[in-house]
Amino acid sequence: MKKLKQAAALLAAASMVVASLAGCGNKTAETAAPEEAQGSAEGTWKIGGIGPTTGGAAVYGLAVKNAMELATKEINEAGGINGHQVEISFEDDEHDAEKSVNAYNSLKDWGMQMLVGTVTSAPCTAVVEKTHEDNMFHLTPSGSAVESIKYDNAFRVCFSDPNQGVASAQYIGENGLASKVAVIYDSSDVYSSGIYEKFAGEAANQDFEIVAAEAFTADNKTDFSVQLQKAKDAGAEMVFLPIYYTEASLILKQASTMGFAPKFFGCDGLDGLLAVENFDTSLAEGVMLLTPFAADADDDMTKKFVAAFEENYKDTPNQFAADAYDAMYTIKAAVEKANITPDMSVSDLCDAMKTAMTEITVEGLTGTITWTADGEPDKDPKAVVIEGGAYKAM
Amino acid sequence: MKTKKINMNKTTKSNLITYGLVIVAFAVMQVLMATGNVSSLMKGLLVPLCTYAILAVSLNLVVGILGELSLGHAGFMCVGAFSSAFFSKCMVDVIPVSGLRFFLAILVGAGVAAVFGILIGIPVLRLKGDYLAIVTLAFGEIIKNLINVFFIGKDSKGFHFSMKDAMSLHMEADGQVIVNGPQGITGTPNDSTFLIGIILLLITLFIVLNLIHSRAGRAIMSIRDNRIAAESVGINITKYKMMAFTISASLAGVAGVLYAHNLATLSAQPKNFGYNMSIMILVYVVLGGIGNIRGSMIAAVILTLLPELLRFLSDYRMLIYAIVLIAMMLFNWSPKSLELRERYSPKRLLKARREAKEGK
Repeated sequence: MKKLKQAAALLAAASMVVASLAGCGNKTAETAAPEEAQGSAEGTWKIGGIGPTTGGAAVYGLAVKNAMELATKEINEAGGINGHQVEISFEDDEHDAEKSVNAYNSLKDWGMQMLVGTVTSAPCTAVVEKTHEDNMFHLTPSGSAVESIKYDNAFRVCFSDPNQGVASAQYIGENGLASKVAVIYDSSDVYSSGIYEKFAGEAANQDFEIVAAEAFTADNKTDFSVQLQKAKDAGAEMVFLPIYYTEASLILKQASTMGFAPKFFGCDGLDGLLAVENFDTSLAEGVMLLTPFAADADDDMTKKFVAAFEENYKDTPNQFAADAYDAMYTIKAAVEKANITPDMSVSDLCDAMKTAMTEITVEGLTGTITWTADGEPDKDPKAVVIEGGAYKAM
Repeated sequence: MKTKKINMNKTTKSNLITYGLVIVAFAVMQVLMATGNVSSLMKGLLVPLCTYAILAVSLNLVVGILGELSLGHAGFMCVGAFSSAFFSKCMVDVIPVSGLRFFLAILVGAGVAAVFGILIGIPVLRLKGDYLAIVTLAFGEIIKNLINVFFIGKDSKGFHFSMKDAMSLHMEADGQVIVNGPQGITGTPNDSTFLIGIILLLITLFIVLNLIHSRAGRAIMSIRDNRIAAESVGINITKYKMMAFTISASLAGVAGVLYAHNLATLSAQPKNFGYNMSIMILVYVVLGGIGNIRGSMIAAVILTLLPELLRFLSDYRMLIYAIVLIAMMLFNWSPKSLELRERYSPKRLLKARREAKEGK
């Protein structure tokens, strides 16, 4: 026992030494980095990515990371961007604003020239302040809050929250899908409450009425019977679900148990619904959703992407992956348009990219996209309906 | 051989070492920054390091000196952060001088956090036992959830308030939503600087160290060591407990102010103001030494730096971090390691050598 303790103490001391050495080693690497920040000597594009790869939101960060890797591999095999190879580095931010800024700084030390990120909205809002200070080109695949791209150096691939809310309300109103609509949303989630607010705002101009708006929070998202009962009592013909698919699958199940069968309508967060484990997909029959990407669409580009993604990562890509994939090709298109090279300074690259972004049209997985100078993408929302266990365009 | 002894007692010396450590760290960083030897990552970490050091020192006042367990320190930080960010956001046009505005914001943050400290303290600190831990734990969670349902907007008619959603604020067209429920406050001016952080840390240390070595501090420690004995000599238990707890809460509020003005976005999520954060601060205190102010400060700095410096390990980062935590704990507290450290401590070796010399 004594020996064991001694060994443990030794081990502890040794690991402390190792840890401190590791810290030192890293520091020297960091201090060397700023010199090459002006432009890498070998002439490669250094593109950084930030997103959560650990913690609760890891599924989104990993999807983006994998899709970025996939796109980079393809681009490099096809000869790179403007004849220069692409190098990417993806840093974890744990879905935390403070960690995200740290990740950004550490990518800067690595010599990043352009940023694809961050994956989630709140960290993106913190990071955009820093990219604006440094005048670094910033393209977020999926940061959907309005403030996430409030400066002119920042662009996004996904729809903004207001955009989705307004588009959903217009779609329901213009197609006369229902006259009484109930909403169940996650009030603790920026994405969900953001969409709901704009949806409710636009609903006033449309030909339907919101009869119930029920919220739940991240701490309490397994039992939705109260919310559903209220929607039922209010006589809702349609339930709008601006939430993620995990909760939606529970809502569908509980609605069916209590014999409540309205139409369901959702946003891009519902993409992935059919892949939920142990979920009876027949319950999802007739669910409509507004999404830019469906993994089982049958155009060639989607098929190729999904096949490659599944082969490499043993997972079906979601819309985050599709957005990230498009983001990499957007950078490629903009760089080629601006005709710039990696030896330029970060700030010059950014200025050139800002102009180029408004001039390009990208045929991506999530639609044909053009950008306005404020960074918002202009693409058509696609409405799909689930029929026979598969997504079908409406 | 007689050396001239500087007339300084042990505590003053120890305090001066603590202040000196902070000032030296500041000076070294300034020199490194001036010569361009500091990475962007390190530059970005300077303000958070001050924030967490202040949190650790302030929690040590409750845990180490008062001897009560508080599991809601992040809650006080949250209160300070939101109240000050709200203040700054409203005053950004009224007071354009960032220094003055930030100074007032610090007072607001500290004041509001202190008020909450008193509110929590009044019922709980009268009780014996671990009730403070339970109540502060609940407080931290309640504050986090409460802030997530607040919507406050400002327009030409004044403030609007709602607990439902941003639309029910019914604002004029020029209205601006300041606190937007779960999305929190965005666009807080970036007023926190490393210099301000260091000054705040020094002030925190000054307050805490002076309190500990004052008459009140001795009273607080006597409550920790033996409540009955303290009571018997006529010490007002509740008063001194309240004093320590409120000061600790308001200092946590100051750390919150620093945190809020360092990032452009502030939202109350489990990650930054939840239970985990409170435990994290407690870990700084425990690893640094309960009741050891300097130690908890150093532990906060090391444990904040560590996950960032381990970034090169990518996915194994958190695993290694956990192992290092355990290793640190063993190194600091296991009896065997204490014995080893005692045997091989430089002080002892020097002494042994001197004795050997004298013996010769």
